[in-house]
Amino acid sequence: MSDSAQTPLEARMTTLADDLTGRFAELGCEVEQGFGEVTLVVPRDHLLQIGEILRDDEAFHFEEVIDVCGVDYSAYGVAEWDVTTASSTGFARGVESAHAFDLEAEKRFAAVYHLLSVKNNMRLRLRVFVDTTHPIVASVVSIWNCANWFEREAFDLYGILFEGHPDLRRILTDYGFIGHPFRKDFPLIGQVEMRYDPEQARVIYEPVTMEGRTLVPRVIRDNDQNLPEVSEQQDSSDA
Amino acid sequence: MPEIRNYTLNFGPQHPAAHGVLRLVLEMDGEVIERADPHIGLLHRATEKLAETKPYNQSIPYMDRLDYVSMMCSEHGYVRAIEKLLDVEVPERAQYIRTMFDEITRILNHLMWLGTHALDVGAMTVFLYAFREREDLMDCYEAVSGARMHAAYYRPGGVYRDLPEQMPQYQQSQWVTGRDAERRNDARHGSLLDFIEDFANRFPACVDEYETLLTDNRIWKQRTVGIGVVSPERALQLGFTGPMLRGSGIEWDLRKKQSYAAYDRVDFDIPVGVEGDSYDRYLVRIEELRQSNRIIKQCIEWLRNNPGPVMVNDHKVAPPMRADMKGDMESLIHHFKLFTEGYCPPPGEVYAAVEAPKGEFGCYIISDGANKPYRLKIRAPGFPHLAAMDEMVKGHMLADVVAVIGTMDVVFGEIDR
Repeated sequence: MSDSAQTPLEARMTTLADDLTGRFAELGCEVEQGFGEVTLVVPRDHLLQIGEILRDDEAFHFEEVIDVCGVDYSAYGVAEWDVTTASSTGFARGVESAHAFDLEAEKRFAAVYHLLSVKNNMRLRLRVFVDTTHPIVASVVSIWNCANWFEREAFDLYGILFEGHPDLRRILTDYGFIGHPFRKDFPLIGQVEMRYDPEQARVIYEPVTMEGRTLVPRVIRDNDQNLPEVSEQQDSSDA
Repeated sequence: MPEIRNYTLNFGPQHPAAHGVLRLVLEMDGEVIERADPHIGLLHRATEKLAETKPYNQSIPYMDRLDYVSMMCSEHGYVRAIEKLLDVEVPERAQYIRTMFDEITRILNHLMWLGTHALDVGAMTVFLYAFREREDLMDCYEAVSGARMHAAYYRPGGVYRDLPEQMPQYQQSQWVTGRDAERRNDARHGSLLDFIEDFANRFPACVDEYETLLTDNRIWKQRTVGIGVVSPERALQLGFTGPMLRGSGIEWDLRKKQSYAAYDRVDFDIPVGVEGDSYDRYLVRIEELRQSNRIIKQCIEWLRNNPGPVMVNDHKVAPPMRADMKGDMESLIHHFKLFTEGYCPPPGEVYAAVEAPKGEFGCYIISDGANKPYRLKIRAPGFPHLAAMDEMVKGHMLADVVAVIGTMDVVFGEIDR
């Protein structure tokens, strides 16, 4: 695979991780590495300061922000089927959607930034956790102009507020939409449906009448299925 | 003295030059644009949220429907992210097939862009020419996947199946009569590779035809030279990628700089523009057509001489052969588990990007170890391009808005997701 050709790229990633640790550890940043990628977890108070350094410093030179997105971690690691202990008892066929959200979790929302350095040919991911009840984070539009629409999208879909954004309006959802649809507690089927009402001679909104279904339950298996030596242990007892 | 006021013009959402459902609110000073405010999301389908409720493989067809003129490139971005997560090695033949079909897709996309862009600024013929060649490439899609557009051909671990030995032929029918069918079947007597090779041999002449119609055309130049100029510094600030960035003179192409599939084993050049205007972006894309053709020829050569598997031999990720399932219990279980539950990648997060025809198409997947992605973020190249609309049309005339929409090569399937 092309990964072997990317070894110099991965070597640069390791150097980048060391550089980041050296520069930003004192500000409370954490550096994570995995799958050949580097993530910098930034405390939200230092985002602008660190962003400017990342853009202007010769060692980093991340002149382009590729993507900004919101993440809702409130259902992280929640499965709908228990697969580890259920083998002896068998599975229930029907699945109720998991409602075990931790909506008050301290680290519920995060804004994730993907940066690209064209000059140094590197990528970096920034993650900023925001407050759960007041999800506010500083806007990086002044540092990277193209974050404008990306931040509008994260606000629209997750309700994360970007302080200092020049024009924080909804972008993808309908005019007059209520709620933030990509939050984990927002149902997939939505809250309202609309139809044309011939009596009132206009389009009206009503609460949804359809019911959500789970077609494939969400399961989490801790054994690494890709390893051939453990493949025999795989449960197939739902037959 | 008559009173002159600025007025607001509503462009779209149903407008033939809006390339889909774009609503533009334009503040005009006479014919001159003072501010452009694009309203998007009219095609928003929450692809990312839908993907969170499905096993990984079931979301591949959604990728076709994002950028519906460069289908396989979007699939490539998605399956590459999954492969990175699963740490799967893709067989070399599959890498070459992907490279070839990525380039076929690039030609498909650029032809669509060229035809509609020219049509928008008043040249009818190019559209007809471009769609003539697109038809042949659509047939390649159909031969390999059964679908002309929404292929779902790339799978984590390889591609769905090997290239067919026999190119499908036209049957005589009410609509295709004897001599017509024979003419159309001329190049279809051999395999798919023969058909693509025949196409690759005659395609450079087709590009010459488009260039004859446009490159030195006075009207075309009047409509594109100096329109929507973006400096290299601004292009980076605005998050441009792909031909939009290269048109501004920055040599950046993921196929070369962060190589994937078999791009490090084929020869091609990156064209860059000088002025950063619509005309330069046109020239860049025309040259990309030629370079794509070059890559396709190299892939055909390699694929002819190197048979082999096109899917990884790991039945936790890829389904077993149908024939094996008839007599082998384990294959049957693998098949059942794969299609009812899917696979559970290890927890973690990955971002994988490909150089789609419009720019960088990336997928950011967060996995919590479940059989469905915890979060999928699709980075569509057209999104930041359209965000720069205001800056690119400010001070231009109303008619130039259409030329700028054309040069951005926007498709709302990917922008609205």
